[in-house]
Amino acid sequence: MIPLSWYLMFAAILFCVGMYGVLVRKNAIAILMGIELMLNSVNINLIAFWRYRSSDGIAGQAFAIIVFAVAAAEVAVGLALIISIYRRRSSVVADDMNMLKW
Amino acid sequence: MTAEQLIFLIVAAVTLVAGISVVTSRNLIHSALWLILTLFGVAIFYVLLDAGFFAVIQVIVYIGAIAILFIFAAMLTRRVMQDTGPQTNPNWWFGGLIALLLFAGIAFVLINWQGFSSLAPELANPSGRINQLGLALVSLDQYVLPFELASVLLVAGMIGAIFVAGEKKQ
Repeated sequence: MIPLSWYLMFAAILFCVGMYGVLVRKNAIAILMGIELMLNSVNINLIAFWRYRSSDGIAGQAFAIIVFAVAAAEVAVGLALIISIYRRRSSVVADDMNMLKW
Repeated sequence: MTAEQLIFLIVAAVTLVAGISVVTSRNLIHSALWLILTLFGVAIFYVLLDAGFFAVIQVIVYIGAIAILFIFAAMLTRRVMQDTGPQTNPNWWFGGLIALLLFAGIAFVLINWQGFSSLAPELANPSGRINQLGLALVSLDQYVLPFELASVLLVAGMIGAIFVAGEKKQ
């Protein structure tokens, strides 16, 4: 039997790795990949808590479904924005996207 | 150590190595391929957690759609960031420090929680779970509103992506 702590610690490590990627990478696409890692670790947590703490209900799985949908929408819009910016400014570096800054 | 624990440890090690490679590899295509391996590891965790439906959804949605979208985007924007120059911010150590501090905080909170090392209870009616989930997502007194909101969000995201990335005819 696997204790709940293993899943939680694994998800925490994966979340921190994703956050390191979000904070550190210059390429905007790589930043989105870090966000994907963080969303995946949250999903592991949701399913693990559903399995170990409240497996009679279905709430944890319903939350995870919503997270899947939001992640798909987020990636589609995010990559579209990056490609649009690339077309106008020929850059995918997050530091160069300062058109709204004054 | 049971077979289940052994599988967990192997998959966890592979997934973490792949995840760290996602955020550290210089070539963006390599990052995307490592991301696919990470997502496969997470799918195996769903199987270990008796949520087989989510493993299938993970493979279809994440690997089949999202990771391929990443590879396309990396190919479309490849010329600017060839594999030259630094791929990380100059103060990358600060980001690493923040990530380590966050992990320490999460670990501290979790270890002080008394349900931290609880074992899984017996899962009642494991094969009827997909049915239960499907009914919960469409029944009026459960999750029909979040479900419909997610559908609207997906449509809005799709239209927005086409509008933003589409070629503008002047």
